[in-house]
Amino acid sequence: MNDIAESLRLALQLVAQADAGLVRTVALSLAVSGAACAIGSGFGLAAGAWLAVARFPGHRALIVGVNTLLALPSVVVGLVVYLMLSRSGPLGSWGLLFTPGAMVIAQTVLVVPILAALSRQLVADALRDGGDQLRSLGASPLQAALLMLLHERWAVLTLLLTAFGRAISEVGAVMVVGGNIAGVTRVMTTSIALETSKGDLPLALALGLVLLGVVGLLQAAIALLQRRGHLGSALAGAR
Amino acid sequence: MSGAVSPQAISARTTAVELVDASVRFGGVTALSKANLHVARGEFIALIGANGSGKTTLLRALHGLVAHDGRRTLGAGQREAMVFQRPFVLRVSLRRNLLIALALARVPREERAARAAQALQRVGLAALADRPARALSGGELQRCALARAWAVRANLLYLDEPTANLDPAAKREVESLLEGFARDGMTVVMSTHNLGQAKRLATRIVYLDRGALRADLPTAEFFAAHGLDARADLFLKGELPWTSD
Amino acid sequence: MDFRLTRRRVAAALLATFALAGACAQDRSIVMASTTSTEQSGLFPHLLPAFKVASGIDVRVVAVGTGQALDMARRGDADVVFVHDKAAEEKFVAEGWGLPRREVMYNDFVLIGPTADPAGVKGADIVAALTKLADSKASFISRGDKSGTHAAELRYWKAAGLDAPAARYAGYKECGCGMGQALNIAASSGAYVLADRGTWLSFKNRADLAVLVEGDTKLFNQYGVIVVNPARHPHVKLALAQAFSDWVVSPAGQAAIAAYKIEGQQLFFPNAKP
Repeated sequence: MNDIAESLRLALQLVAQADAGLVRTVALSLAVSGAACAIGSGFGLAAGAWLAVARFPGHRALIVGVNTLLALPSVVVGLVVYLMLSRSGPLGSWGLLFTPGAMVIAQTVLVVPILAALSRQLVADALRDGGDQLRSLGASPLQAALLMLLHERWAVLTLLLTAFGRAISEVGAVMVVGGNIAGVTRVMTTSIALETSKGDLPLALALGLVLLGVVGLLQAAIALLQRRGHLGSALAGAR
Repeated sequence: MSGAVSPQAISARTTAVELVDASVRFGGVTALSKANLHVARGEFIALIGANGSGKTTLLRALHGLVAHDGRRTLGAGQREAMVFQRPFVLRVSLRRNLLIALALARVPREERAARAAQALQRVGLAALADRPARALSGGELQRCALARAWAVRANLLYLDEPTANLDPAAKREVESLLEGFARDGMTVVMSTHNLGQAKRLATRIVYLDRGALRADLPTAEFFAAHGLDARADLFLKGELPWTSD
Repeated sequence: MDFRLTRRRVAAALLATFALAGACAQDRSIVMASTTSTEQSGLFPHLLPAFKVASGIDVRVVAVGTGQALDMARRGDADVVFVHDKAAEEKFVAEGWGLPRREVMYNDFVLIGPTADPAGVKGADIVAALTKLADSKASFISRGDKSGTHAAELRYWKAAGLDAPAARYAGYKECGCGMGQALNIAASSGAYVLADRGTWLSFKNRADLAVLVEGDTKLFNQYGVIVVNPARHPHVKLALAQAFSDWVVSPAGQAAIAAYKIEGQQLFFPNAKP
């Protein structure tokens, strides 16, 4: 318990001092995971919408496959991306290994299955309610699916936050493809791993608390936006 | 089946939509058996019958929303729209719902705003244009669906018990809109529980019982009740059980 | 839909920026594969800035186990290697993956254990200590990760007559982890562990542990620097990597190494041949 109290104190101290290295590490964490979610959402949500309406032999097997990828260990993703981006690998000439770009790629691979599998479920459920009526209006199955993403945008936002949480908290993938290079590819989670292995547990825990704090602030900001959105409809006479 | 066939000549130029020998089965249940229905342009047909008699299935088969093993022919230049019992609206404003419907109907971008505004005007919802569509009342939702149909210049309209859940004032509003549409030349096929409504609005009554069309007559003849199918007769008198067995 | 398109454009822009940033920063930089124990000793934040001042070159350290570091170099993902396993390094060069190896510095290993020393190993002879350990009920944590430390550890066991320590010594536990982790485990379970002095001096979670065996010349740990062979990997930044190799064996580099101290103790002893 002493360790935790000490870590809390240390965390507050770190935040108060706003050491340049720490700020840069936090910023990199947010940027990498944010970019991965932004890019991943393009592919993931489109794939989810498509999977919800695709009807070809084997489409059910594909859905099972995507759902299985939800359990992809992050370090496995890291290894696969590492082997792709390695100089001896197919994409070595891109020179992306051990750069933030590689980390974004790895985390994108990690979040796309989450976004696809969960948005597929979301869209399929919504289509059960109103899919026929959208078809009656002339929507193709895919158009109806995409409209349902618009219709359920608050649920989609929660989905994106889930994916972001997964990305910013993982350490396996970014460690392997980023190399945890000081000042270049060191993010919060790899810093925590490093301090843990150096035996500086209070600092590791403190960094963990700082990370949670930053993500918590982000969530609070989004929750505030959500309330304003809903409040708007409430004032307009929502029922 | 008792009663005469539609008095209109059956020809491509006057057909709105036609269904020949259509049967629909869901699992072990036959929802519609060998339905034959010719709808001529300009007609206002009311489908009546107990719950489960196949009215909704017939409407969906006519609109092409459900698979059947007969033949369905849509007349040339016919643009369909359907008003469901509980219209589905997206979680956006009323106006945006209309704009999306117009986009889905491939109306050119420049025309959409104007058509949406006109449609809202026509059904009396202009004041609510920027409200969230999910916040509309039952009657307002029905009018929204009618606005969608009007905006895309539909000339063949299906309605599934449009006023079943509405209070009398809202019901009158919807009925008056339907009368206006019919006067403008729209072909209407509407299912209803309300015999008075059917008598007031329809030019032709089709009675369904347990998935089969049992009577198909012009309104006046139907309600004169001469030589009607026994069950249709009982239905008119209100003496049939509540649901089909 | 409009806003999805916007989001995709933003994402593409971000990726392009990252790639660009990565590319620009790589102009005067090299990737050095080194070991976790060296990184955890804290040498690099002391040494590399001095090199940067002297040459303007950024050295980006990816710290993994020695085996992994050499594998990384074989794959061409590093420009220069800085590890401490002479046998593996010589094999690496012999196989043609690296230019000739140069000796840079040495530090030493120490045997760490609980202060109470239940197995009674304290002294200055590592082989005798391990022999006693094998016959005791105490536990020993091995890194088991093909690192230089792990390789050295296995050499000492072999010298003590145990070719496969796991088979004959019940308390032998392999964690497959880095030096710091192994120390963590030893600290929390009162076990023995072989560590490099550098990591030990910077390790903060000591609990009840202390240095029990040190000073045996067998415990000296030699570091070598190897430039990856451009004949095998043409993209290697030869000039920059060579500049690092030249500097670290030069008087300036050697002085910087000697100047690194923790708690007043010098960790690494430069021994490059002139």
